Amino acid sequence: MSKENNILEEITNREYEHGWTTNIESDAAPKGLNEDIVRFISAKKQEPEWLLEWRLKAYRHWLTLKEPKWPNVSYPEVNFQDIIYYSAPKQKVTPKSLDEIDPELRATFEKLGISLTEQKRLTGVAVDAVIDSVSVATTFKATLGELGIIFCSFSEAVKEHPELVKKYLGSVVPITDNYYAALNSAVFSDGSFCYIPKGVRCPMELSTYFRINAANTGQFERTLIVADEESYVSYLEGCTAPQRDENQLHAAVVEIYAAAKAEVKYSTVQNWYPGDKNGKGGIYNFVTKRGICAGDYSKISWTQVETGSAITWKYPSCILKGDYSIGEFYSVAVTNNMQQADTGTKMIHIGKNTKSRIVSKGISAGKSQNSYRGLVQVMKRADNARNFSQCDSLLMGDKCGAHTFPYIEVDNKTAQVEHEATTSKIGEDQIFYCNQRGISTEDAVALIVNGYAKEVLNQLPMEFAVEAQKLLAITLEGSVG
Amino acid sequence: MQEVLNQRIETAKASASYLPSEERTKAMTWLQANGLPHAKAEEYKYTHLTKVLEKEFSLQAGVAKSVVTKEQLSGLLFESVEAHHVVLVDGVFAPELSRIAADSKQLEISAFHEAQQKPAYLQYAAKEAHAEADPFIALNTAFASNGLFIEVKRGAAVELPVILYHISSASDAKPVIYPRNLIVVGENAQVKLVEHYITLGEAATFTNSVTEIVCQQDALVDYYKLQFNNPSAHQVGTTQVLQVKKSVFTATTVSLDGKMLRNNLNIVMDDEHCESNMWGLYLLNGKSHVDNHTMVDHRKPNALSNENYKGIMDGNSTAVFNGKIFVRQDAQKTNAFQSNRNILLSNDASVNTKPQLEIWADDVKCSHGCTIGQMDEEQLFYLRARGLSYESARAMLLHAFAADVIQNIKIEGIRTLLEELIIERLSK
Repeated sequence: MSKENNILEEITNREYEHGWTTNIESDAAPKGLNEDIVRFISAKKQEPEWLLEWRLKAYRHWLTLKEPKWPNVSYPEVNFQDIIYYSAPKQKVTPKSLDEIDPELRATFEKLGISLTEQKRLTGVAVDAVIDSVSVATTFKATLGELGIIFCSFSEAVKEHPELVKKYLGSVVPITDNYYAALNSAVFSDGSFCYIPKGVRCPMELSTYFRINAANTGQFERTLIVADEESYVSYLEGCTAPQRDENQLHAAVVEIYAAAKAEVKYSTVQNWYPGDKNGKGGIYNFVTKRGICAGDYSKISWTQVETGSAITWKYPSCILKGDYSIGEFYSVAVTNNMQQADTGTKMIHIGKNTKSRIVSKGISAGKSQNSYRGLVQVMKRADNARNFSQCDSLLMGDKCGAHTFPYIEVDNKTAQVEHEATTSKIGEDQIFYCNQRGISTEDAVALIVNGYAKEVLNQLPMEFAVEAQKLLAITLEGSVG
Repeated sequence: MQEVLNQRIETAKASASYLPSEERTKAMTWLQANGLPHAKAEEYKYTHLTKVLEKEFSLQAGVAKSVVTKEQLSGLLFESVEAHHVVLVDGVFAPELSRIAADSKQLEISAFHEAQQKPAYLQYAAKEAHAEADPFIALNTAFASNGLFIEVKRGAAVELPVILYHISSASDAKPVIYPRNLIVVGENAQVKLVEHYITLGEAATFTNSVTEIVCQQDALVDYYKLQFNNPSAHQVGTTQVLQVKKSVFTATTVSLDGKMLRNNLNIVMDDEHCESNMWGLYLLNGKSHVDNHTMVDHRKPNALSNENYKGIMDGNSTAVFNGKIFVRQDAQKTNAFQSNRNILLSNDASVNTKPQLEIWADDVKCSHGCTIGQMDEEQLFYLRARGLSYESARAMLLHAFAADVIQNIKIEGIRTLLEELIIERLSK
């Protein structure tokens, strides 16, 4: 018992592993937000007039909105005037190869374990590395270019493919969508853009590494993925951030557009700084992620492993507009110490014969609060819609909480909707069974948790699955007491 | 709306009420500050009662009570069931219409104005249903002027069920009526309670009721809320239950029609080893709208709660279900189960359901499930292959679906009555 407690203490007291700061000179805007800042960002990025107008429209709309208060999380009010809305690492020329990249920047990546060269050679992953909102390096571009796939930073896409950006930007998440989406639309600094042309199957996993670097910089990236007819892409997003005392706001927007018979798989491993064990510091992760299955037979699949952030608040959603389209959501959310997570999904069935599947696994430890909040909506003309939802919660310790808020709204009699949820802790008999067979309690917990989350982890691409399993083990070792 | 409400509160302040004045003032202050739920209020987002109140009903009181005679009630009461028949007209106890075979050692039934000095009344009246918890509790506490107090004495096993008939005399002025009940079931006592709502005439009615039930140690309480033969009724009723040590409380809610019904069933388990069961059946047609909100608050360890709500929706009907289970940090070793199943028979019917779990203790077993579906074609085929007509096969399957809930009813007379009603409805 005491040994377990020691381990538990050790784990729960563990400082954030990725906590360091890179000394890169930042080219930052003054603190605060007003129309001038929006213009400043737009000018900095040499954006066309229409985009500036779009930003300003979003900003003006944002001013009319109130901060939403409905999620099951609590945090001190965010002072939006105390945030630097733009900061870019200083670089004089655009790098042509990896060698030209700032060595300090590269060292950061080495620490994160994503050495660009290594990755390039060994894993076949094209990495669009984002440090403080500006894409620094894009690899494998040539290979992708041959297939007609566009994978670049958002600002580059604005310059080189304005017609695509103009057509799809805001088509899934309009500027009026919600408070943070409006804010993001006004001040987004950069992000990734991805376009898969008709009939192309992207041969490699596309991946972006986001990092928040300069102090007090809210990061507002924007990701737009467009999959044209009969195309396929698997997209990875992974996050780590250095340790900070002040809370940092992160309000990203991800939009996915899937045309007929297209398939998009979006995977996230999120491990931002969760704050120390007293709940000081940590990232506020308020993200709007939404995909639309616009064409018939299209499919969008979200997989997420959420272990970091002081507050996670996001609902990757699918609008199933095309007939026979499919939406999937797989999630593992782990909270420890004082972390709070309110996450889930929305499945909006509009087309006929649409299917959706939700598997959500919550694990709460320490004094954390973990909520699942989801909506399954079957519209009147969505004949034969099918949904299956499962949300399980695992509690470790008696000071944490697990909450489930599933909304189900059905307007069509041919719909078949099922929802089930359970809450429990790791059974003593399960541990005993393992102990009996010579497996230590600690290993048994890892085994059981991994088994518990397996259904979701299986959905992750190889590289991510390994990382995610490690993360789970680190967070939860010895948590049974 | 708020203006009308404030005016009404001013008149209510001046008029007499037998409810505890402290709670009444609190409710009025709360209402003045917060008003009734607006269209987007989370708890009432699918059931827009405020709008109905605003448009169709007058909050103004003081409508002369029409006299209800025994003849008017004949055929409406469950005459065939041997029971204590307690009649309330527009929220006021009417002893002359009631038939109570009471043994006062076991059971005492009186209006609030006669109960003012009774210790159980003083201890519990308006103490459990908190004004700030629900605007419609506040509305009732502020505007109800009298109520019904039932005390089941310690150790008494009341054999005959106690049936409360809430009669709306439905005068033309469309007033809102505010029935208020307090039922205290003593230590080791047993009782079966039935609440039934009746409207005289065709007029639309709005009933805002609050029933507080206290189950003391080892008490065994069966509670039934029956809603039928009331197609134009608007109701928002709260049943607030407090359970003390080792008590067992079972609620069965059956809704067969109604314009807009909202049933709030709140159970607070404030002691160890309590058990509660919640069964519900809603069988809707036409433009009925039924909203069942249940809440179980596990505050202490070793308690069990079990919930099963089932619904069949046809026509343009709408069903709403929201089940909340709270398991507080202290409530280790809690077992809580919840299930909500729905069948949609028509394309114009809809269901909104939200089974909600909030858990702060780790050594618990909690689960919930909900389904929305339609008739199983294969089951229908199986029966039809054996010579049953489509209609009777369908009725048989739906009846089996509903039977899960109905078979839990322990008062035979009422169970048979409901069975007949349901079979008649399903074979249409």
